[in-house]
Amino acid sequence: MQIYLPIAELSVNLFLLLGIGGGVGFLSGLFGVGGGFLMTPLLIFIGIPPAVAVATQANQVVASSVSGVLAHWSRDNVDFKMGAVLLVGGILGSTVGVGLFSLLSHFGQVDLVIRLFYVFFLGFIGVLMFVESARSIWRRRRRIGTPRKLHEHTWVHGLPLKMRFRKSRLYISALLPGAIGFFIGILSAIMGVGGAFILVPAMIYLLGMPTLVVVGTSLFQIIFVAANVTFLQSVQNQTVDFILALALTVGGVIGAQIGGRVGAKLHGEHLRVLLAILILGVAIRLAYELGATPSHLYSAVWLSPES
Amino acid sequence: MGRRIRLLPILLLLLAAPSDLRAEPLVADLSNHLIAITTGFTGADVLLFGATDGPGDIVAVVRGPTGRAIVRRKGRLFGIWVNKDATDFEEVPNFYAVASSRPLDQLLTPEMAQRYRVGLDNLGIRPAEEAGPDTAMMTALIDIKKTEQLYRPTPGKVVFLGGQLFRADFHFPANVPTGTYLIEVMLVRNGKVESAQTTPLVVSKIGVGADIFEFAQRHSAAYGVVAILSALMAGWFAHLAFRRS
Repeated sequence: MQIYLPIAELSVNLFLLLGIGGGVGFLSGLFGVGGGFLMTPLLIFIGIPPAVAVATQANQVVASSVSGVLAHWSRDNVDFKMGAVLLVGGILGSTVGVGLFSLLSHFGQVDLVIRLFYVFFLGFIGVLMFVESARSIWRRRRRIGTPRKLHEHTWVHGLPLKMRFRKSRLYISALLPGAIGFFIGILSAIMGVGGAFILVPAMIYLLGMPTLVVVGTSLFQIIFVAANVTFLQSVQNQTVDFILALALTVGGVIGAQIGGRVGAKLHGEHLRVLLAILILGVAIRLAYELGATPSHLYSAVWLSPES
Repeated sequence: MGRRIRLLPILLLLLAAPSDLRAEPLVADLSNHLIAITTGFTGADVLLFGATDGPGDIVAVVRGPTGRAIVRRKGRLFGIWVNKDATDFEEVPNFYAVASSRPLDQLLTPEMAQRYRVGLDNLGIRPAEEAGPDTAMMTALIDIKKTEQLYRPTPGKVVFLGGQLFRADFHFPANVPTGTYLIEVMLVRNGKVESAQTTPLVVSKIGVGADIFEFAQRHSAAYGVVAILSALMAGWFAHLAFRRS
């Protein structure tokens, strides 16, 4: 059944969209990430213009993060104070990011920048996760307990504006999570992702937050960043496709529930290794496309006389 | 099917009035003057039909709205492919198709084809700046339009039924751009365009899709808020629906 997407201006099979939403939702439920980094390339692959794919994805992230946060909130695993600090940075970052996005589309380089961002960040995070999870599998096999320092003092702790985050059991400068939020906000706008796949490792490794509250807190702040991106993309670029977002959301929430149930039966390290392989796979594919001789050397945009 | 039936009285009328036809060397019309893009739109076929006052050949040209096009060429930069050069073109039709009753080169000389803008070599596209004509860019633009099914790669057929009635089918794909199209029908005799007629065709978004598009363009801030609110609702509903199970 074909459905006409009013902003993307093309007809797509509804079941294809539900399938993509469901498939990505399944993986996001399984791994606890938003799945935007998979969704956006898939949408571009089926012919949705990249600008529409990126902006619409942000809209869909709002829906999936809300349902995720509600689930984590009911288990009291959300650090709202930390979320708020991340958010201040995130809102600023996503505003800058959307402006940057408009500028890049004006110069015709937006596709390239989206791809470069993807290759770089997916590659980086993929390698990090793979190494970390492979090591912990190795350790568990050998049954060696991980000695972990409770508190490490670095230059980071010398920064001003210190705040106490009770739920995260941290006493750190608000500048650090603020800067991380800002950075993720830019990524969110340009890549059309929630940014969980970067934010979650950053919160664990850079901020030292307990893993239990990380996912809920990152989802909490992503709701607002993604909402901001949706709003700004709507205003500046008119590229949010409401119908597309809705179709993806319906598939996504169902897939996420199934994925969550399957995920509960697997070991954390195994999940992380699988996710790392998936992320690396996407990164390698995109990197190959950047370097390989493109099948189409030329591209064209047609502008109506009024614009 | 319904279109054929509606067409029948018109054709009968054309047949029944030969004296009027003699006064007009060429009469032509479309089965439909509006292509409505609704949420279930998958493309449309429009039938061009008409009559001539005697033997002759028909050339029909469908031109979409014209606008500006930016063509970009990728090149290597530090090992990766980036958009390097860009050329702006003006007077670019967003849709183009030709149909004729005989091969075009038998009907029109190259000069005439150029004057009447018949064929993909004579679209009337020109570079926006005075810079030397970049034929590779122009060719690329036409090729892209062909793959998008917006330029018909080869002329279609105009079929004569008997000696005077003719018909031609034009297909408009799912991605057909909106706007006002002009269908120019020319009667060619002895290497000359003896008569021509132009008929408009409107391609327009209709219904919910059109309303959403309009809303997104005109009230983009409100659209953004609605998109966010609906996503919040969807997320909340999803949570409620799956909480119990």
